[in-house]
Amino acid sequence: MKRHSKNDMALISVKDVSIGYGTNSILDGISFEVNEGDYLSILGENGSGKTTLLKTMIGLSRPIKGTVSFGDGLRKDGIGYLPQQTLIQRDFPASVREIVLSGFQGRLKKRLFYSNEERSSVEEIMQKLGISEISRKSFRDLSGGQQQRVLLARALTATGKILIMDEPVSGLDPRVTEEFYELVEDLHREGITIIMISHDVKNAVRYSTHVLDIGRSVFFGTTDEFLREEGREEQ
Amino acid sequence: MIAKILEYLQYPFVRYAFMVGIMISVAAALLGVILVLKRLSFIGDGLSHVAFGAMAVAAVTGLMNRTYIVLPVTVICAILILKTGQSTRIKGDAAIAMISVGALAFGYLFMNVFSVTSNVSGDVCSTLFGATSMLTLTKADVIICTVFSVLVVLFFLFFYNRIFAVTFDEDFSKASGTDTEAFNLVIAVIIAVIIVLAMNLIGSLLISALVIFPAMSAMRVFSNFKSVTLFSAVISVLCTLIGMAASIVLGTPVGATIVCFDVLAFLICWITGKLTGRS
Repeated sequence: MKRHSKNDMALISVKDVSIGYGTNSILDGISFEVNEGDYLSILGENGSGKTTLLKTMIGLSRPIKGTVSFGDGLRKDGIGYLPQQTLIQRDFPASVREIVLSGFQGRLKKRLFYSNEERSSVEEIMQKLGISEISRKSFRDLSGGQQQRVLLARALTATGKILIMDEPVSGLDPRVTEEFYELVEDLHREGITIIMISHDVKNAVRYSTHVLDIGRSVFFGTTDEFLREEGREEQ
Repeated sequence: MIAKILEYLQYPFVRYAFMVGIMISVAAALLGVILVLKRLSFIGDGLSHVAFGAMAVAAVTGLMNRTYIVLPVTVICAILILKTGQSTRIKGDAAIAMISVGALAFGYLFMNVFSVTSNVSGDVCSTLFGATSMLTLTKADVIICTVFSVLVVLFFLFFYNRIFAVTFDEDFSKASGTDTEAFNLVIAVIIAVIIVLAMNLIGSLLISALVIFPAMSAMRVFSNFKSVTLFSAVISVLCTLIGMAASIVLGTPVGATIVCFDVLAFLICWITGKLTGRS
């Protein structure tokens, strides 16, 4: 894996960011960097501000204070985002192909329609994630694990660089969860940078290279450092 | 029966009515797909009350073409509802209810206090249910209606991919750099325009039916976005045509008859969906 020195431009740099609603901050002074090839797990309890932090990183929310900057050739329309599922999607009449294709919307710019190239690369991505057989099926008829694969495929069409996922395995059964982690690990090995919010410390530690823990005190470092810190706390 | 319809079709005002009916049905059905999927069905209902209020004020002022007052007022309210719906201070549904009921009350009050005709309840009734106004469409009405309907259809055709993307997942679209706020603004304006246009056809109370029923019917039997969009436009036009024809033959109020056929179509689609196991 490529290691960057401190001087290199990181993919995403978060500097002294405070987040919250209105003027009430829920997290203060968060700083960290994500470099190419990293696998960052963001841990923390419900309501600790993980999702808001993630949304701030990709520009969906504004920070109360501090800055988020992109580097290393990363552009705002080159982010593969996998948000939490919404109520609207649960009974949405859309085929798998329609959804995966919509991942290309960031590249439409002034165009109105998708190109043939884009349409055929959708087929490739669906093949890669093993959802080609269900490409004509409706999203609302899929299992939870299949739905997450479809949304992962859509995120992949939007990026070749970085996947940002908000609790992608919540509500999945253990076996499907395992499969999903394996799939993400494969993509990571291919060189895609991963940022994932997770509840699941065990799997986070197993796969990620870096951990950001926004629990009682904020911790950011490599997974090894995180484990040492945890060990010290337990003693 | 057919002879009777053909006889009516010889009159230009009946042909106008049919033309306007077809165009409004298509536009309303397309928009309905977005509104139903985005859980915004109530906006149509709320805005139709606003349009009623504005219509009442316009009637009192005795303007020749009431659309000039009703359209801007409804557009402004549509934008207001959408904006307040996004802020957390006033909940979206409460905002809609407040604006719509307020407009309804003011409208009725105006019609009563400043009544220009002796038949107040008749005026109110025709504004709410579009009893006769459909057959009094002027050439100007038809032109305005045609222009706006064509614009709505073109908007759908050209922005189909973005409409799908934003409707399915607004956050993802925003993260991809799509201007979702501009999109929502355009949708708000279109809703307002369609509601005002459809008032002439079926009256302000029944407009929601024209928006909601075709989309709901299509969602019972189809499971991808393209088919749902196309089918809702087709079924909407069919119901309107059959409804208008039936109202001529049976002498029933036009708006209510059209909506009855929309309900009937929904029931058929619902049963079909159940039988084929799609919903």
